[in-house]
Amino acid sequence: MPLDLVLNVLVSGLLTGLVYGLMALGLSVIYGVVRIVNFAHGELMALAMYVTVIAFAALKLDPLWMLLPVALAFFGLGYGLQRVLVNPFIDRPEHAQFMLLLALALILVNGLLLAFGPDARNVQVDYAMDSYQIGVLLVDKVRIVCAGVALLCCTLLWAIFRFTGFGKAIRACADNLLGARVVGLNVAHLYGLTFGIGCACVAVAGTLLTLLVDVTPASGPAYTLLAFIIVIIGGLGSMPGALAGGVLIGVSEAAAGIVFTPSAKSMVSFALLIAVLAFKPQGLFARR
Amino acid sequence: MNDLLALFTEASPRPRNALLVLLALLVLAPLLIDRYLLSLMILVLYFAFVGQAWNIMMGLCGQLSLGHALYVGLGAYTAAALYQHFGLTPWLGMLAAVLVCVAMATLIGWLAFRFGIAGTYFALLTIAFAEFSRIGFDHFTWVGGSGGFFLKVVQQGTTDWLNLRGHPRMFYFLALALATGAFLLTAWLMRSRAGYYFRAIRDNEEAARAAGVDTFRYKMIAIQISAALTALAGVFFAFYYNNLFPEQIFNMGRSIEIILAPIIGGVGTLFGPVIGAALLTLLSEGLSELLQVLGIQAPGLKQILYGVALGLSIMFMPHGVWPGIARRFGLARDAKDAGK
Repeated sequence: MPLDLVLNVLVSGLLTGLVYGLMALGLSVIYGVVRIVNFAHGELMALAMYVTVIAFAALKLDPLWMLLPVALAFFGLGYGLQRVLVNPFIDRPEHAQFMLLLALALILVNGLLLAFGPDARNVQVDYAMDSYQIGVLLVDKVRIVCAGVALLCCTLLWAIFRFTGFGKAIRACADNLLGARVVGLNVAHLYGLTFGIGCACVAVAGTLLTLLVDVTPASGPAYTLLAFIIVIIGGLGSMPGALAGGVLIGVSEAAAGIVFTPSAKSMVSFALLIAVLAFKPQGLFARR
Repeated sequence: MNDLLALFTEASPRPRNALLVLLALLVLAPLLIDRYLLSLMILVLYFAFVGQAWNIMMGLCGQLSLGHALYVGLGAYTAAALYQHFGLTPWLGMLAAVLVCVAMATLIGWLAFRFGIAGTYFALLTIAFAEFSRIGFDHFTWVGGSGGFFLKVVQQGTTDWLNLRGHPRMFYFLALALATGAFLLTAWLMRSRAGYYFRAIRDNEEAARAAGVDTFRYKMIAIQISAALTALAGVFFAFYYNNLFPEQIFNMGRSIEIILAPIIGGVGTLFGPVIGAALLTLLSEGLSELLQVLGIQAPGLKQILYGVALGLSIMFMPHGVWPGIARRFGLARDAKDAGK
């Protein structure tokens, strides 16, 4: 197998993996603070992808212009979801939480199916075929843009949690819920903000992904599973873990695509997941 | 065995008689109902059976599996392949399917319980195994790969119990026997030592261990029993539908279908899976009928309404429908027995 082919595949896997990482980051942030696994995560991402694709089809809006409005809209959506739907389930058993979010996922996927039909849709930007030549490497422009935006968002998120008051308050809820209540933090509000941030992450990731892949209503559940794999491999609730897990999955999927058949690529991801759960169940990058 | 007899002698006469009447009605039902209703009843009994199997693991022992389609698929493929390639009767195929699924469950349980993986992590591990198998079977050409695996179909006029070929009525009685068997097994388990250990683990694993329960061993037993029963469901599935596609049988949607009935009916209760299966089948068929009558042809609309119904039921009936019914009709002892 020629070396430059391998290198090219691995680099494109790495860049795609950063977008996957941003998607998984949303799930991880929500779990890390609210302790709820968002089983509708991929479906929310599919929704964001459709918003972007439809905006492009109707108004010829470049997906990159859609990033901010979609992120803000999904922040609001996430805040509302948490306050209205999820908050009453905080203390309920896991299977009840699962059922609630599953019902939401079912409604989202089939809502998309009802509205847009089962066909794949995509965005055709005029720079889609541009690429940069770096030595033997030939890298797509869109992939670099996507990975750059994803990294930027992660940095922004890190800065929010590190430096802003409400970011610190959210971390306080995650570290010591009772203590956070005692010092008078409005936990329900902060949980809402966290869910909003998680949804904004997945929305940005979805908007970016429209530049790289087609979207169908059925891709929602597949992305939910992908996000699970990534956060478990990286360590549920760990931010660097989610990003690293995303890169790992992106690269291993790309590698599996050339070593085995492309249809077997997600088998490698699941094998990785099983191996991690079997030997280091707290995740590869967990703090503890 | 004495415990099983005690179920009938000790249980207060009202629920016992009601159950016996129900069973008699179910045995006689095929004489009265048409093909369509018969196929619906088979569906209800099938979901009551797999729901009960899942309930033993989750409802009694508190181990949340979201990948039970794995055992359905493995069981189905094992028996179907043995029948198709070697002509082995499905009754022996069932034995093989149970062995394969118990071995798989032992592997999963050992991997998970060794490190005390529980809750969300355990649920995700079960999903991972199911998905892994789905993609694996897609590339497993001995059983047809992603193109599907088909069983020989015979004239429906003949009924061949040995090879499970023939009229749906045979499958109705098979499903009834399976559902009744799982019901009795659960009832017996609930009164057995293992059943009490299961519930101790579910309610507080630390305390159970402190009290001397070998939690690893009993969690393994729970997952093995559940897998064995689900394997039988898989064999039933294979011979009833005659075609197997990895994309369908291992699908996560199938795993979810399995757990809906016990959750809607009441997790950890004896009657929950049965009532849940009946309600969900009614709901699903009712929605189809309703949309047809209204002349609405919209892909996905039925699933949306289904999702809304599920969401509302989990919001407003956190313990499922059974506890309410039990109180209403004075069967509360059972509801309390079930631990809710």
